[in-house]
Amino acid sequence: MELFELSALEIARRVRAGEISARATLDSHLERIARVDGRPGAIGGDPQAEPDKIHAFITLTADRARAQAAAVDEKIAAGQDPGPLAGVPLTVKDIFAVENTPSTAASKILANYIAPYTATAVERLEAAGAITLGKVNLDEFTFGSSNESSAFQPSPRNPRNTAYVPGGSSGGSAAAVAALESPLSLGTDTAGSIRQPAAYCGVVGMKPTYGRVSRYGLIAFGSSLDCPGPLARTVSDAALMLQVMAGPDPRDATAATLPVPDYLAEMEKDVRGLKIGLSPDYFRITYFDANTGELVERSLPPEIKAAVSDAAQRLALRGAEIVENISMPHTQYGIPAYFVISRVEAASNLHRYDGVKYGYRASGASDLREMYRKSRGEAFGLQPKLRILMGMYVSAAQYSEQYYNRALKVRSLIRRDFDQAFEKVDLLLTPSTPDVAFTIGGVYGDSVLMQYADQLLVTGNHAGIPGMSIPAGENAQGLPIGIHFFAPDYREDLLFRAGRAYELAG
Amino acid sequence: MNEEITPEAFAHLVDLAALELSAQESETLRQQLNNQLKSVHELLVIPLPEETPIASRGVEYTSTSSPAPRPDTAQSHPAPGRLLQGAPEVAEGYLVVPETPHQDLK
Repeated sequence: MELFELSALEIARRVRAGEISARATLDSHLERIARVDGRPGAIGGDPQAEPDKIHAFITLTADRARAQAAAVDEKIAAGQDPGPLAGVPLTVKDIFAVENTPSTAASKILANYIAPYTATAVERLEAAGAITLGKVNLDEFTFGSSNESSAFQPSPRNPRNTAYVPGGSSGGSAAAVAALESPLSLGTDTAGSIRQPAAYCGVVGMKPTYGRVSRYGLIAFGSSLDCPGPLARTVSDAALMLQVMAGPDPRDATAATLPVPDYLAEMEKDVRGLKIGLSPDYFRITYFDANTGELVERSLPPEIKAAVSDAAQRLALRGAEIVENISMPHTQYGIPAYFVISRVEAASNLHRYDGVKYGYRASGASDLREMYRKSRGEAFGLQPKLRILMGMYVSAAQYSEQYYNRALKVRSLIRRDFDQAFEKVDLLLTPSTPDVAFTIGGVYGDSVLMQYADQLLVTGNHAGIPGMSIPAGENAQGLPIGIHFFAPDYREDLLFRAGRAYELAG
Repeated sequence: MNEEITPEAFAHLVDLAALELSAQESETLRQQLNNQLKSVHELLVIPLPEETPIASRGVEYTSTSSPAPRPDTAQSHPAPGRLLQGAPEVAEGYLVVPETPHQDLK
């Protein structure tokens, strides 16, 4: 087995034991990246270039990684503790600030931005011995579900079949992990942006409870929804990564001050005695058809429903009690509410990009207002513009009661659905996505239909609760299927128990 | 409900948003906005009891899960020069911008 094929836990164990060096592990991963990734995304890049490559990266920071690996190996040689992630290669979604590296948000407006500080989540992972390989691609400012909206092209492709999208917005993260370029990646999830690409690429993706991981240094999209979280190839690796990242942070007032459990120990408790719920409301989707102007309801593909049923049976065999017919009546309103709440928050956050303090500035403007308009007009892509305009419209004084306040009330109802469900069960088991990955270009351009890829996940963001997608086989075309668990606030330990039990039952 | 964002309302939004758009971009964006608005209209048919609270976030903040507010005091950045390194134009430690338009308020 090559070093790049090892899990994060196994790499850390071997590095800590002195069986392999961090440098050798790094070199193996850099060689793997050189072999499979192809050219990195770039402003003005050809979206069609090298169609058989992955294109996960925007910026490869190999020299910085070599220095980090050397520091780990020196600690080992000196008999010091190199940390629980000693020598484990890591990729970071390019929405996090990492000091002295380009931090672009996959947008032209930040293409030249060199971060002067490092995000808390990255800082903690590196302090634990992780080796950051570089920054991976995403939808521009995380606005999308396919990665195609990145200003840095070519955008990532699905390692299972490069004619398909990897999902988004953490598509570069999911693609890098699935393609064995890094065992761990740091992503963010605002409406499913960790879990949907994880499902599409056949890896594990977790959205922790809102506030479990600090957002300091995360370039903001929807500030009441954004959650940093892990992508990995196994549940154990995701647990290891969250263990290091989670916890209070004085630099983020929304970071929870609760103690962080020992997830790796909790994970081994299995599912005997846990009640796991199934809801019929997660086995259909309702979406708006732009062609007919009608709301359309459809059932999920049989292979996705079968994957969830199979998982329920396996967990039942391990001692879980399966509880059917949990009512979640407001599930279908998750996307419409998200269209309002996330756009208002995005519009607010995007007003800071004005060509004055950092980032892109248009040339030739005669006064300040023209500079704002030209800079933002030239450097924002269609998706940020769409969110700014929608956010301003639905929060305007004459519409805020009709749209924004109403969406916030619907959010209360979605939260109530979960509160009532968790009075009956410990976890909910659902499909991750309404379908498997779609082809590149298959949906892009229809911003409504694209958003509905997140319909089964976004409710967790509204409610703030944790959720985790894990691989559950593939369809007849060989495309991965994901199953998903929801748990109550701060009960990531239950997700790891169920996920690990499912892996062991496979 | 068939409310649509008209070209006039769209132009006003674009002005408020400080965006310069091409004609083609404007048409694409207005169409996408109206499609999204149709989806949003689904919210309007949900029976919402009057007392339904608004939720600005999902997870409740409590004194056991949230830090106490930090003191509202300004602190100097340890290296302001580093922050200015990313600015498009700087002179003598200040950000430089084009002329600010003057407007008399009535």
